Parts: sequence; structure tokens; C-alpha cells
Amino acid sequence: MTEQEDLEINDIASGSSLSKDAWIRLRKNRPALGGLIILTAFFAIALFTPWIAPYGYEVQDLNLGATGPSQDHWLGTDIFGRDLLTQIMYGGRISLSVGFLATIVALFIGVTWGSIAGFVGGRIDSVMMRLVDILYALPFMIFIILLMVVFGRNMLLLFLAIGAVEWLTMARIMRGQVQNLRQQEFVEAAVAIGLSRSVILVRHIIPNAIGPIIVYTTLTIPSVMLLEAFLSFLGLGIQPPETSWGLLIAYGAETMEEYPWLLLFPGFFLAVTLFSLNFLGDGLRDALDVRGAKD
Amino acid sequence: MIRFVVVRIFQALPVILAVITATFFLIRMAPGGPFDSEKAVMPEVKAALEAQYKLDRPILDQYFSYLADLGEGDFGPSFKYPGRSVNELIAAGMPVTAELGFYALIFAVIVGGLSGVIASLHPNTWRDHLPMTFAMIGICVPSFLLGPSLMLLFGVHLDWFPVSGWGDIPGDKVLPSITLGAAYAAYVSRLSRAGMLEVLSQDYIRTARAKGLSEWRVITQHALRGGLMPLVAFLGPAFAGLLSGSFVVETIFQVPGLGRFYVQAAFNRDYTMILGTTIFLSTLIVIFNLMSDVLAAWMNPRLRSELFNYD
Repeated sequence: MTEQEDLEINDIASGSSLSKDAWIRLRKNRPALGGLIILTAFFAIALFTPWIAPYGYEVQDLNLGATGPSQDHWLGTDIFGRDLLTQIMYGGRISLSVGFLATIVALFIGVTWGSIAGFVGGRIDSVMMRLVDILYALPFMIFIILLMVVFGRNMLLLFLAIGAVEWLTMARIMRGQVQNLRQQEFVEAAVAIGLSRSVILVRHIIPNAIGPIIVYTTLTIPSVMLLEAFLSFLGLGIQPPETSWGLLIAYGAETMEEYPWLLLFPGFFLAVTLFSLNFLGDGLRDALDVRGAKD
Repeated sequence: MIRFVVVRIFQALPVILAVITATFFLIRMAPGGPFDSEKAVMPEVKAALEAQYKLDRPILDQYFSYLADLGEGDFGPSFKYPGRSVNELIAAGMPVTAELGFYALIFAVIVGGLSGVIASLHPNTWRDHLPMTFAMIGICVPSFLLGPSLMLLFGVHLDWFPVSGWGDIPGDKVLPSITLGAAYAAYVSRLSRAGMLEVLSQDYIRTARAKGLSEWRVITQHALRGGLMPLVAFLGPAFAGLLSGSFVVETIFQVPGLGRFYVQAAFNRDYTMILGTTIFLSTLIVIFNLMSDVLAAWMNPRLRSELFNYD
């Protein structure tokens, strides 16, 4: 019996929800499942870093200096004799949290903006989406650098600035979704029983657009993390004594001729995370059967 | 068509004005003036400097005088390089950045286009999987990681190419161009594969084959034109990405281009330089997007009507 038939029989026997189907499809997609497992592991490590890191964050041993991987220091040490694995674990906390928090900011603005434009329609819709078009045309990288220069380099601003840049595509996708859903019968039914427009939008329309929202969120996180690493690499993002993967790569690049592991290990962790997120995003898109969620 | 172009230009003008205004006032909000250096400057000297750069006048006055200067194409003097104007710095950096971007784009189109077309001709074989794996790597490995890694491998260990500079030693342009172009090669590869796969399933390709044309002619004369269409729409936005990508690549390889000047200006708080380059780069990007829109509308007339009715 094939798994497909298996699935169909289960459907009849117990009923099947959309999310259950999606999960079954996702489980068959090896790269996506691998990505999910790696990400879960990285998250768990990031969450428990203060308790499981092999050394304290500020522990250094100037006499030791930079050494390659060894039994005491699995990934070696940097020029101050700090354990690289510990640095990467703490850096990962920051990189991952910037990735997720800034994405939530972008998600919130994008979903609100796009669903209002799509639901209200007409002139307001045209004006709102024209504004999105205009913002699309602006060189945001330059503006983020400008903001970091003008207002100083703090993390909250970094979240807001990155979030404020990344919401545009989310708004476009949301608007398209809402326009389709608005014409469905269950929305007419909600109108007929006299629900207010905001209740219809929040309770009935947005929950039905959850698939594209999840897929696009997964694909936004890697681009946000890249942006953070890019800024940190230039010295305009995360500032010492905090650290992030981008900053560790920047330090590693300075001394790569003598101590290549200081560049390669942080780079490896960043690249693996980005791979996992991209594979998971692609897998989710297939599993949830979302089209056009990636420009 | 002319109407489309005119309307688009009039839509772009307010955007550029908004960029100038926002940048100007943002810079003025920055804490610390440009002359607050570590060394204590005598108050009289500071006042004289501020008078020279018109900083003692009311802010709106400064704004309009800056706009008037811009109208004549004058970005003003640099605060940090006395005696040099922002125009001179842009003129010195821009050709280098343009050359770097050009090589990167050539690399991206040739490598990406070829691998994408080859992949599309042999779907789901190793000739498809291999380039697509590389494309995924190209997208996931950022330039600031790829650049130093290439330097380490080809510059230090194999000693094939110089690791820094621009135009001093033969071959020093190779690594920066590849680093900047790699991500775009990856996107071009995926786009051309998808475009070709779609075209190859069309009826007119089957007709061409049925006529008994050789596979080579079917592909080069019939499939490529339609299959590579998505690339045209991609190249406009790619330009903006190349510019911000050049910030990192020029910093890593010590290329004396506009991107490196911009990052240095950001660190030195060279306000007129930041202001000037931001306006210059933004205007350039708006113009390129405009050209890409017009090109797309020229090739696809349906897009022209979108101008007036969003749907």
C-alpha cells in the first residue's frame, strides 16, 4: 500500500485536517525536515546557552592566545584566548533573536497593511499599495546605515529598522490573499449575520491566509539574519561587548591568514542556519501548496 | 507608451525629493556636530568653520541653499577631507564601483545563465542537481563570508590572485568581481532554469522539433528568447543590490570605490559626504528602476495599463 492510499484511508477513518496533511507532506521532504531538525537544535542551544556553554562569556586567557581546535576548546580560541564555541553560542543567541524579532515586526506591519488594503479596496487600496511600490524602489540598505549612524548603534533600533524594511513583500502577498478570500462564501455568510468588518478580517480572513504567512515568514528570517550580519560585519550592527555571527566573521576575516578557523567556524554556523531556513521555507511552500510566496 | 514613461518620471521626481529632504533632516538630527573631534577646537575657529559651511544659518535656510546647490549639480564640500568636494570624491569612486559591478554582472549572467540553461535541458539529473546545489550555496553564503574564503584559498594558499587592490597588479580584479557576482549568478541560474523549463514545454517548441530542426537550433533560435525573459525584469532590482553589495566587497578587498567611501564616511561622520552619496546613489537606483519598468512595459504591453488601475 502506498503512503498516498494510506493517507486517503486515514482521511475516511478519522478525518484529516489541513495542517495534518501539510505535516505529512513536509515529513517526506528530506531537506526541509533536516532544516527543521537543525533549527530546532540551534534554538534549544541558544535558549540554554548560559547553562551549557563550556566557558563563561567573559572568560579569557591572554597567555593562551589563539589556538586551533583541541580537546579543551573544540573549536579553538581567539587571540584573547576566549573559547570560540562559547562565542559562537552567545553570538547565535543574538543573531537568531534579531532574525526572529525583526521578522515579527515585519510580519505585523506587513499583515496589517496588506490585509487592510486588500479588504477595504478601492482608492485607499490604490494609495496604500502605490506607497509600497514607491518604498520598494528605495535603496534601504543605505537608509539603515544612515539610521545607525544618526541614532547610534543600538539593538532596538536595529530590530525596528530591519523590520521596517522587510514588511513590503509581506504586505503585497497579504493583499492578494485577502482579495481572494473576500469573495468567498464564508465571508458573505459572516457579512450576512451582521459581523463588523474588523471582526470579519481578524477572525475569518486572516486565519485563512495563515499558510502564505507561515511560508513567507520562514523565508524572511534568513534575509533578516543576512542583513544583520552584513551590518555587523561593516561595524554598524551589533556592537561589542555583545557579539553576533556577523561580528565574529568580521573578526575572523581580520586574522584569517594566521587563524583561519576563527573565520570558518562562525561562517559555517551562519551558512548552515541560512540553508536550513531556506530549505524549510521551500518545503513548507510545497507542503502548504502556496504559490508565488517568493519573488 | 510615451504617456507611461512621462507618468513614471513624474512619479519618480517626488520620490527623489523626499529622499533628499529625509536625508538632510536626519543628518541634522545626528548627535554631535562634524567639528566635535577629540581635539578641543577654539570656539572662534569652530565658529569660523561653521560660518564657512553655512552651519550658523537657520536650518530651513540651509535646506533651501542645499537644494539650490543640488540643482546646479553641486554636492558641497567634504567635511573630513578639507579642500575636496563631495563631487570629486563621487567622481573618483563611481567609475571603480561601476567597473566592479559590470564585471560582477557579466560573471553572473554568463555563469548563471549557462548553468541554468544546462540544468533545464537535463531536469532531475546530476547536470540539474549540481548547478542547483551551487546556486543554493551562492544564495546562502553571504559575500562577506565568500570574499575572505576566496582570499584565503586563491590568494593565500594557492597564490593565484592578489588579495587586495584594484588595477595595481594584473588579476586583482578577479576575486572582488566573483565575490560580488556569486549571489547574482545563483539567482540568474535559478531564474533561467525556471524560465527555460516553462518555455520548453510549450507547443511551439514541439512544432520546431517536429519540423526536424536540430536540438541546438530549437534551443538557440526558439527557446532561449522566451526562456530568458524573466532575467530582464531581474536586472533592474539587481542593480540596487549590487551597489549595496559593493559596500562589503570594496571594504574586504580594499577597492577604492564609492561603496568604501560611503562606509568610511559613515564611520567618520562626514555628514556632507554621507548626504551627497546617499542622494547620488538613491537617484541612481530610482533611475534604474524606472528604466527597468519602462523596458518591461515595452516588452509586455499589459503592464502599461497597471499604471492607472492598480488591478
